[in-house]
Amino acid sequence: MTAPSAARTALVTVASVVVALLICALVFVFAGQSPAEVYGTMLRGTLGDPTGLAEVGRRTIPLLLIGTGLALAFRAQFFNIGAEGQLLLGAVFAAGTALFLPVPGALLIPAVFVAGFVGGGLWALVAAALRRVNVNEILSTLMLNYIAVALVTYLIAGPWKGKDVRGYIYTDNFPQGAWLPTFSGTQVHWPTLLLGVALALGLQWLLTRSTFGYALRVVGENPGAAHYAGLSSTRVATLVALLTGGLAGLAGAGEVAGIHHRLLEASQISLGYGFTAVIVAWLARGNPALCLITAPLMGVILAGGDLLKIDLNLPFRVVDIFSGVILLCLIASEVFVRHRVQWGRA
Amino acid sequence: MDSIVIEALVRALAVGTPLLLACLGAILNERAGVVNLGVEGMMAVGALAAFAVASKSPDASLWAAVGAAMLAGAALSLLHAFATVTLRANQFVSGLALALIGTGAAGLLGKKFEGLPLFNKVPDWTLGGFTISPFTVAALILAGLLAFWLTATRGGLTLRSVGENPAAADVLGVNVGLTRVLAVLGGGALAGLAGAFLSLSYRSSWADNMTNGLGWIAVALVIFVGWRPLRAIAGALFFGFLYYLQFRLQGNSNVPTEVFSAMPFILVLVVLALAGVRGQAGDAPAALGRAYVRGER
Repeated sequence: MTAPSAARTALVTVASVVVALLICALVFVFAGQSPAEVYGTMLRGTLGDPTGLAEVGRRTIPLLLIGTGLALAFRAQFFNIGAEGQLLLGAVFAAGTALFLPVPGALLIPAVFVAGFVGGGLWALVAAALRRVNVNEILSTLMLNYIAVALVTYLIAGPWKGKDVRGYIYTDNFPQGAWLPTFSGTQVHWPTLLLGVALALGLQWLLTRSTFGYALRVVGENPGAAHYAGLSSTRVATLVALLTGGLAGLAGAGEVAGIHHRLLEASQISLGYGFTAVIVAWLARGNPALCLITAPLMGVILAGGDLLKIDLNLPFRVVDIFSGVILLCLIASEVFVRHRVQWGRA
Repeated sequence: MDSIVIEALVRALAVGTPLLLACLGAILNERAGVVNLGVEGMMAVGALAAFAVASKSPDASLWAAVGAAMLAGAALSLLHAFATVTLRANQFVSGLALALIGTGAAGLLGKKFEGLPLFNKVPDWTLGGFTISPFTVAALILAGLLAFWLTATRGGLTLRSVGENPAAADVLGVNVGLTRVLAVLGGGALAGLAGAFLSLSYRSSWADNMTNGLGWIAVALVIFVGWRPLRAIAGALFFGFLYYLQFRLQGNSNVPTEVFSAMPFILVLVVLALAGVRGQAGDAPAALGRAYVRGER
């Protein structure tokens, strides 16, 4: 069996996204909204002006980092659905470092990123450890999401609650030395963006050109063969969990150090990046480098969802509909990548 | 003393009802070999559909509301059936998409119902001084019926054969695809019913994200109870009791409330790990999660 051509795969992928957007249009009609107005609002406010583009850029950063890691995880058949929780743990570790650790000034930002990676990675390792006793990682990572939300709430309402804040629940501001620089006038924290681009390219190399990448692909595509070749699937799963969780943790560190400058409520740190990044990785068909294209695409949808909330008074959850429908169309289209449809009787 | 025990039991049963209903639905489709992770989404649309029908007027038929919830859940699950049975897409990813679509659609379509009162909530029954929801009674009866149907009837045997060895069932003339589609629809209808309990009886209102992870816990519960409907009663009771404790202890102790809100999810991890260590995954239907392609091993 030969692999389907890249052109055919690309064609089917684009077609399924188009179909998905049409289905979403139907949902909007059902909800009493004009699809033209909805899509018009989304496009005008995101790609139409510099402010909109900056909003897309800001949302692309976490999507790129998480999507890249998830692409790797899905290739190894490690279904990490808990990037949301790993992002939060990354944010918690980053905030802890920025607020409480006596790190010298020049090292503070690198330390914040390392802490984020460690936090997210450790959270994913819990799922990897549970997988060794046959706990499905989809369920475990999902449960860990809810636990992470509770942990963040506990910290910001309890021991880490800021001294200068009264009725609200968040920490004090990070010292200025831990704030990430941004492109002027925007919230695009470029060090994190740079990190995301470098990691997308680096992990693509790792996946296609290194021994570890080879082991990862064999474990993902044919666990039986991997076993006979002496490749340890638990070792691969552990490393993949560390990487995918770590990257989500980096994204969390970027959000708190680049945008909010403090730890705050979970729903404000992440706008559902963890789930949206699943689509980023799936659209890229498991290629980290392709996330450079698919992350901005989903960034447009997330930024557009924000506009729908503000301009058309729609709940932000519409973004979930986009994500869900695109994902469903993508996996349903798989059959057209592998098979040709012949109309009529042969 | 006795009355406290009974009260705890009754309360645990009430909170455990949506878990039990959704878990029974998931057992139904998983026994036919199809995993559906979209329970959270199907529950959400069920809750919304029931509330939308019941809140139309004070004398709207509650039967119609319950029917609407089951239809909504089944309709959403039809997407999953089409994707995974007809197009043989990955069941886990499709279920995840379903959860996103369901919660998203409920959030979008339900915005106008947020905060509205429900005039005709499903009346509770009083049994020996304790109130119990008709949904709870129905869930218990359903568990018994499903257990009986799966083990002692021809239809149940057919369904199980499709989940254990679809190729053999196919050879014997069973329509594997149709059986699986019907099982998924049944699972969706039961998840919708669980949602109806939340919006018509337990909360008697509608709010975004009112399912709050119950659907995911129900999916995990299926593994914990080893795909057996009668054990699901005990499993749902256990988690119901946990929620009851959370409700009772909140504010009455020095333990931060976040510990209680995280507790059900931590316990799911613990019981799944225990089930894994005991090797309970071996109880899973043999063809669970795999699409059936005729002539392929």
